[in-house]
Amino acid sequence: MISITFTHYLFLSAIIFTLGVFGIFVNRKNVITILMCIELILLSVNINFVAFSVYLQNFTGQIFTLFILTVAAGEAAIGLAILVVFFRNKGSIEVQDINSMKG
Amino acid sequence: MNLLIPEFALIISSLGLLMLGVFKKNSQKLINNFILVLLVILIGIIGVNYKDNQNFFNNTYSVDLLSNFMKITVLIAVIFTNLISSQYLRNQSLTRFEYSILILFSVVGMFTMISANNLIIFYLGLELQSLCLYILASINTTSVKSSEAGLKYFVLGSLSSGLLLYGCSLVYGFTGSTDYYVIANSFLTSGDALKFGLVFILCGIAFKISAVPFHMWAPDVYEGSPTSVTTFFAMAPKIAALAALIRFLHIPYANFYADWKAIIIVISIASMILSAVAAIGQNNIKRLMAFSSIGHIGFILAGLAVGTKQSLSAVLVYVFIYVLMNIGTFACIMCIHRKGAYFEKISDLSGLSKNHPVVAFSLSMLMFSLAGIPPLAGFFAKFYIISSIIEQKIYYLAVIGLISAVISAFYYLRVIKVIYFDQPVDNYDPVENIGIKFSLAVAIIFILFYFIQPSLLSNIADNVALNFK
Repeated sequence: MISITFTHYLFLSAIIFTLGVFGIFVNRKNVITILMCIELILLSVNINFVAFSVYLQNFTGQIFTLFILTVAAGEAAIGLAILVVFFRNKGSIEVQDINSMKG
Repeated sequence: MNLLIPEFALIISSLGLLMLGVFKKNSQKLINNFILVLLVILIGIIGVNYKDNQNFFNNTYSVDLLSNFMKITVLIAVIFTNLISSQYLRNQSLTRFEYSILILFSVVGMFTMISANNLIIFYLGLELQSLCLYILASINTTSVKSSEAGLKYFVLGSLSSGLLLYGCSLVYGFTGSTDYYVIANSFLTSGDALKFGLVFILCGIAFKISAVPFHMWAPDVYEGSPTSVTTFFAMAPKIAALAALIRFLHIPYANFYADWKAIIIVISIASMILSAVAAIGQNNIKRLMAFSSIGHIGFILAGLAVGTKQSLSAVLVYVFIYVLMNIGTFACIMCIHRKGAYFEKISDLSGLSKNHPVVAFSLSMLMFSLAGIPPLAGFFAKFYIISSIIEQKIYYLAVIGLISAVISAFYYLRVIKVIYFDQPVDNYDPVENIGIKFSLAVAIIFILFYFIQPSLLSNIADNVALNFK
């Protein structure tokens, strides 16, 4: 039986963070997936903060986490709103259709 | 608490105006005028308490000379953006009250960022600003380009805030605090581990100021957003992010100068070279301005990398002159319209000298100034930066800066060639809007006559730099 230590949390958060970043760049299909990857990044940061907070016996990290959760909710709402506007204009949310400007 | 009046006034009036806009029909004009007056008054309030220096809320929020200078610059940028864009917004039927209120909210975010002395406050300010900017980019809901610009900006912007946050979590983990002063003091105990946090946070901020290699959103977002929003993007958010960057590098990371100097130099060289090379092939003037701003950010970062008081003052002067040049250039871009339709191609400028001699002259002076040709203000901005670099004997940086300035002169001069030597097309509408005329006049007078009394601005900047920290 392995006991779960502080380091395991850091590894978990690093893995989730990497998954999120790779998800944004490798994903070539759907914008919704990108929104999910962004949430994944923010949540991995939260794990990091909470783990550090418990390890350091210090509340600042948990307060920061609460702020991040609030901001993430706002960010998801705005992202979906922009996505809806885009869908109305373009009729698609495929990543390959986001191409009316080069770059 | 007197020093916090601007922030409180902004927050209260933005919430109040939001209510007014919801409950009173057709209050757009009223709200817009109120905001203009409010911002002008705020410049006065900040100007009166200019020299005061105080920390608030347990050292999380600091008002000092640097923050006051940057706040005034932001306010100037926002006021002139408002003046320039009123006619454009009417022509494009974008006159919604939400537009002005979003700008006001993002100004609150910028003020918070500029004064933040704690990672939490810094992050909250950054997000308050960015969330408003995402919506502003896609404010033209009937245009594919605008919504696409918003989407791109949103995805890449949130990725960058994610990177920044991860950096914040590492810094917090290694120091046990988010306070800048505590982080600065714990550099002996945590040492190298803090550098990981530095790299992630620098990635996040480099994104916000569109420095290479995090610049790829800038041309698309500049091109896609409505021109009034592009004007706003080119100035205010960058000033705020730069102020946050200066504070971040000089307070918590002051002891890591050797480490961040290398990173900033690489970013700055990459920005200068990329903007010089990539802008040559552009035929849309808004994309051109995006690449031009990347190049200017490269110069500013070069000054920042030197790390002396003199170079900090050069950076502040550069920021101010950059804002004035952008105000003028975008005022000219707003003049290029015919029967309510706006034109953005560089080739549309052909023969502007025949039917709009004043605009043509102003635009060419602005292009000369952006290219850094003496005796215009743009030259002095570059001159201060380069001389502060040479003073510290970082010769290769100065040489690369000069070379990239010479290359970028090519695409600025190409615009002038199109204006004066190409065949004229149809006449453009005459410029009747008083806001555009006024802004253009202010920008041109500043740029043309800066050389008469250059010490005026640089003395203020010197004073700010000497009293910083």
